[in-house]
Amino acid sequence: MTAVRVMGSETEYGIHAPTAPGTNATWLSSQVVHAYAQLTAERAAGGTETRWDYTDEDPLADARGWTVPRRSAHPSQLTDQPAELTAAQIALEGGEMDADSVLDGGDGTTALMMNMVLGNGARLYVDHAHPEYSSPEVTNPLDAVRWDAAGDAVALAAVRQIARNTDLPPVNLYKNNTDNKAVSYGSHENYLMPRQVPFGHIVTGLTPFFVTRQLLCGAGRVGIGQDGAAAGFQLSQRADFFEAEVGLETTIRRPIINTRDEPHATADRYRRLHVIIGDANLSQVSNYLKFGTTAIVLDMIEHGTVPRPEIADPVASLRAVSHDTSLTGLVRLTDGRRVTALDIQEMYLEAARRHTDYTGASDPQSGDGHTAAVLDRWEQVLTQLATEPAQAAGQVEWVAKQFLLEQYRDRDGLAWDDPRLGLIDLQWSDVRPEKGLYHRLLSHGRMERLVSDDDVQRASVEPPEDTRAYFRGQCIQHYGRSIVGASWDSVIFELPGQRRLQRVPTREPLRGTRALTGALFDRHADAAGFLAELLE
Amino acid sequence: MAGQEQKNVAGRTEEVEVPDTDAGAAPAGGPQASAATEGVDDLLDEIDGVLESNAEEFVRGFVQKGGQ
Repeated sequence: MTAVRVMGSETEYGIHAPTAPGTNATWLSSQVVHAYAQLTAERAAGGTETRWDYTDEDPLADARGWTVPRRSAHPSQLTDQPAELTAAQIALEGGEMDADSVLDGGDGTTALMMNMVLGNGARLYVDHAHPEYSSPEVTNPLDAVRWDAAGDAVALAAVRQIARNTDLPPVNLYKNNTDNKAVSYGSHENYLMPRQVPFGHIVTGLTPFFVTRQLLCGAGRVGIGQDGAAAGFQLSQRADFFEAEVGLETTIRRPIINTRDEPHATADRYRRLHVIIGDANLSQVSNYLKFGTTAIVLDMIEHGTVPRPEIADPVASLRAVSHDTSLTGLVRLTDGRRVTALDIQEMYLEAARRHTDYTGASDPQSGDGHTAAVLDRWEQVLTQLATEPAQAAGQVEWVAKQFLLEQYRDRDGLAWDDPRLGLIDLQWSDVRPEKGLYHRLLSHGRMERLVSDDDVQRASVEPPEDTRAYFRGQCIQHYGRSIVGASWDSVIFELPGQRRLQRVPTREPLRGTRALTGALFDRHADAAGFLAELLE
Repeated sequence: MAGQEQKNVAGRTEEVEVPDTDAGAAPAGGPQASAATEGVDDLLDEIDGVLESNAEEFVRGFVQKGGQ
């Protein structure tokens, strides 16, 4: 498999209504989902207000082999409960209700739209106090970049829709991971793995890699410490928020390796590795390397060829690496060696070259078509960082951001704690192309593109063709009116005149592809005929 | 590999060497690749025009509730 494997991304966007400070963030987030629902209802035949099906969610299952009792879990861990706001809750929170923003909850209560499945196979919902886009399942790092960027297009469309509504304050969305006031929110990756790989091997193989991969895919941050109070610039948005090596939590005591064990697939065959340590990336090359190199490292773990430099104190080293923009700081290993973060990345790259030469995955002719490109790009960026980091300003997000900040510091003589530098850091990630500074650099040709704007637009509407996301997305596009719920591993139909709902399980991530089901969608304009042939 | 021909300029450490503290001393605009700095004045002028107007207030007002 190597760089080719089932994967996906989740992005929680920072949300801000500058003209309405103090507005309830959950309510604002629900307005984002609702605004996008209004747009897609215009586009899709049946609307895409498909509810989430929570049947198979199990957020308290731990990959190390046990389950946390519900009563001892932090409330934020109970992600298998629908988070619907009732009118009473909103009133208590001081939020306002207007008729347009309310949808009938269907069970007598009035609820805002909090959760929808999109025609591209993604999920858009309110997670805690942020709007979150979870990409459809894809099979390679380039598609991961494409359908992750599609989430930014979805976020932008929602922002524009809200801006047209004079009853609502303008809402800004930011693809970042902290407010620099001690709060962080995540961007997660998911990778499908065979269940038989012992979890301990995943921990030892991944930890040194995760401590150092921020060199490739850190998004850069102004401010040091969780509250950003110490002046300075660091590689990663997230590093200062990690406090444990391994654990189940994602909102408190965040661990470098997260053990949530919800496969959303056939549980005795697969695990879904839930990675919470990454920064949200706008830079396409950083995002590509984040998914591509991690997938290759997982392949080495599965084959027992992963290098095992054991870091003496991973949590402290994670922060130290993030704080060291000179890239010369030393990381202490348990065998007594002291090496740089670049050295550790080189160890992984070298092992990956050997591994993929052996498996043939990186062969230019007979390889999988992705692994060779990831390895070449990985090597190129590491070489740039080792010789002259500024060369990577068009590729690596933290280098690009640092370059812009340094230009401002030079021109205006700004100290690192000047609020304008904090504003540049924040506005870097504004999803609006006219305001977002990443987007300004992109339009000037200063950030390298791997996928075109047209590609991204298409991905915000169309699902990938080579995973079950194709089935989910096409069902919603074709038969939205007849679908009452969907999740990663199910689509639920309600046909007119039938009392029972029909749940179609999609537990194999590589089935439901265009090759397997495309003709079926072509043959049936209506859900009844489609289901009859599918289930016969 | 790109960068090999630049080997002789390696060894220069640029940017902030002691990132945990406000070292204050600016990196004296370290010598960047000239292609990167070309047109930077125009770029900064353009960005000046799109930055939110009151930086301090705007940054202070960006308060998020916890997430994952």
